[in-house]
Amino acid sequence: MCLHIPQLPLDVFRHSGSDDVPLAVCGTGRHSRVLFCNMPAQRQGVCPGLPLAAARALSRSLRSVARNSDAERQALESLAGWATQFTPVVSLSPPDALLLEVEGSLHLFGGLTGLLERARHGLRSLGYVARLASAPTPLAALCLARCGRERHVGDVASLPAALASLPLSVLDWEQTLVDRLQGMGVHRLAELLRLPRAGLARRLEPACVEDLDRLVGRRPDLRPPWRAPERFRRRLVLPAEVSRAEALSFAVRRLVLELCGWLRGRDAAVQQLEICLYHRDRAVTRLEHGLQRRSRDAEHIAGLLRERLERLSLPGPVLELEMRAERPLAMAATSPDLFTPADGDARADLLDRLRARLGDEAVRGLDVVAEHRPEYAWRSLEAGEASACRPAVAGRPLWLLPVPRRLRTRDGRPCLHGPLQLEPGRERVESGWWDGEEVRRDYFVARDSAGACYWIYRELEGGHGWYLQGLFD
Amino acid sequence: MSLDQILQRADVWRAGRLPATQRAVASGFERLDARLPGGGWPRGALTEILFAREGTGTLRLLMPALARLSRDEDRWICWVAPPWIPYAPALQDAGIDLSRVLLVHPGVRQDGLWAVEQSLRSGTCSAVLAWPTVNDSAVLRRLQLAAEAGDASGFLFRSQSVAGSPSPAALRLQLHARRGDDLVVSLLKRRGGQPTGPLHLPSRQAHGRALVVPAHSAVAAGCLPSQWQ
Repeated sequence: MCLHIPQLPLDVFRHSGSDDVPLAVCGTGRHSRVLFCNMPAQRQGVCPGLPLAAARALSRSLRSVARNSDAERQALESLAGWATQFTPVVSLSPPDALLLEVEGSLHLFGGLTGLLERARHGLRSLGYVARLASAPTPLAALCLARCGRERHVGDVASLPAALASLPLSVLDWEQTLVDRLQGMGVHRLAELLRLPRAGLARRLEPACVEDLDRLVGRRPDLRPPWRAPERFRRRLVLPAEVSRAEALSFAVRRLVLELCGWLRGRDAAVQQLEICLYHRDRAVTRLEHGLQRRSRDAEHIAGLLRERLERLSLPGPVLELEMRAERPLAMAATSPDLFTPADGDARADLLDRLRARLGDEAVRGLDVVAEHRPEYAWRSLEAGEASACRPAVAGRPLWLLPVPRRLRTRDGRPCLHGPLQLEPGRERVESGWWDGEEVRRDYFVARDSAGACYWIYRELEGGHGWYLQGLFD
Repeated sequence: MSLDQILQRADVWRAGRLPATQRAVASGFERLDARLPGGGWPRGALTEILFAREGTGTLRLLMPALARLSRDEDRWICWVAPPWIPYAPALQDAGIDLSRVLLVHPGVRQDGLWAVEQSLRSGTCSAVLAWPTVNDSAVLRRLQLAAEAGDASGFLFRSQSVAGSPSPAALRLQLHARRGDDLVVSLLKRRGGQPTGPLHLPSRQAHGRALVVPAHSAVAAGCLPSQWQ
C-alpha cells in the first residue's frame, strides 16, 4: 500500500495553528515563487508558481514560509514510525510517500476496508491530506497514489489495466528519455506496456526495463525496510511564535498521536514523557510528565498534557517544540475484556487527570499509623497504595485540626464559643520521649452549648494549657 | 390507552408513592432510609447536606454509607478540599477501607469545582464529598450532570443559609443542631416526595465513650483536675 502526502511541504507547517490563515510555502532565494499554498490562500487567488511578491499583493494576510526539506524528511520518518502500527514493514519513498507491506496485517484490521479507514482517520487527525492506493507491487501503488488515483488493485493480472491511463512522468525517469518516448508516440503507461519487452530493452537503459518489470510484478521489488528508532524524539518547528497554551496543546496533540502510533508499532507504552519548549534567547522550558500507569491512549495522554500546558506560565513565545519518550515500556499484557471493565486502569486515569492540573502533591491517600500521639497516628501516602491493616482505635474524632488550637480558659475551664462541658472519662497519652517530640496530655470529649462535640486535651506539664485537636462531627 | 397502561409508564409518578426506580445506597439509618426514594442516598446524583455549624454531625451522617461503598465497590471515595484533616483512625473505626480514600487538595476554588466535576464524571468514584462555597445553580447543575454521567453519589456540604435558593440536587436535607448524640434532619427536597419535618436519627454508636487507656499510662483515680472532681 502506498501512502502519498502530496502537500507534505505545506502540511509540516500546519501542525500547529489554525487552518484559516492563508499560508504559502516558497522556494528560497530572492525571487522565490510559491510552491504550495493552502485553501484560504487559494481562495484569495494565490496559486503555485506565482512569484511571492505577486502572492503578497493578492493576499494581505498571507503568511509565507521557506520550504524546509529537513522538516519534511523528519515528518516523513515520524509518519513512518506512526505507520508501524499497521505493519512492521514500512519503507520510505522520499520525498513524500511511504510504502507499507500490508498483506500480512489485513486480517488484523478486518480486511483492506478496515485498514484504509483506520489509516485515513489517523492521518486526518495528524493533519495530513493523504492519498492511499494499494497494488500487488510497491511501484504500482506508488504510481497510482502519486497520480491521485485512490485505487486498490487486488491481483497482478488487473495491474496493466489499472495503470493504463497514467502519464509517463510518474516513473521518475529522466526528462530526455520521456521526451524521446513521447516522440515515438508513447504518452501513457498503456502504450509503454504494450510494446514488446525485447524491443524496449534494446532501446532503453537496463534500469528502465527493470523499473517496468518491477511495476507489473515480473521482477521482485525489495525495498529496504525502515527501522523505527528505539526512542521517540520529535521536534516541531512552529510556523509562527506561539504564546498561547491552547495553540501549543494543538501541536502537542499531534505529537502525541504520532507517539502513540509508534508505540503501537512496538507494542509498547510510556509512563514518562518529556516536552521541551524552545524560546528565542531564553532558556528551554522543560516539562516532565509522569503517568500513573503506562499508556498509549492518545486521547488520555493529550488531555493530561493539555491540562499541564494550561497551567504553565510561559517565559516567552515558543518557536519550537520537542517531545521525547526515552524509555518505552512493554505494554502490560492485558487485553480489554468485554465483561469486566478494567477498573484499576480507570481509577489511575482519574489520578492522572487530577495530578496534571493540581500537581502531584495535591492528590493523596490516607493511612493509619500505630502510634499513641494522635497527630502521628495517621499519614498521607501515595493514593491507592494498600494501607496496612491495623486494629481500629475507638473514640477518635472524624476531623483532626492540622495544628492544635490553644483554647481560652475562664475560671480554669476551657472555652470555645462559650464554656465547654467535659464528658466523663478521659484518656492519658504519654509518649514520644525517645524522639524529642514528647507529649504528656489528658484527652477529653467536650461539648459546647449548641451540641457540637470536640476533642480537647490538657497539657500535663508546662503551662497546663487546654488545646482543641479534633472535632467529632 | 387505558389508565392502567398510563400508570405502567416509567415517567408517570403517583403522588404518595416513592418512585422505586431510584437507585440508592442505604444510609444506615433506618428511619431515614424509609423516607428516602430508593431507600438510601441517591446514586448518580447530588445530595446536599445543609448545616448550621460544622461539627454537628454532617460527616457522621454519611459514615455508614461510605463504609459500605468503600467495602463493596472498587472505586474511590474522593474528598475534595475537606475543611480539616479527615482523621484516619476514626475513618477506619467507622469501617471505611482507607485504600479507597482519595484526598484532593486543590489550590484555588475554581480548581476545586473542576476536581469535583472530574471526580464525579470519571465513573471511578463511588462517592465525592465537597464543601463548595459558590451558590450558582449553573455550577451545581453541571455537577449534577457529572454525577449522573459517572454514577457517583455526590455529597455537598453547604451552609443552611442557601436553603432558600433553588438547587438541582436530587436530595436536600438539613441537619439541625442536636442534643445529645442523636442526629436531627429534615428533608427539604426529595425526588417524588414531600419535604418532611425533623426526623430524629438515633446514633448507633456514641463517640468517645469507649475509653481507651494505653497500658503504660499512669491513670490514677485522683488525677483529675480539681474542678472536675
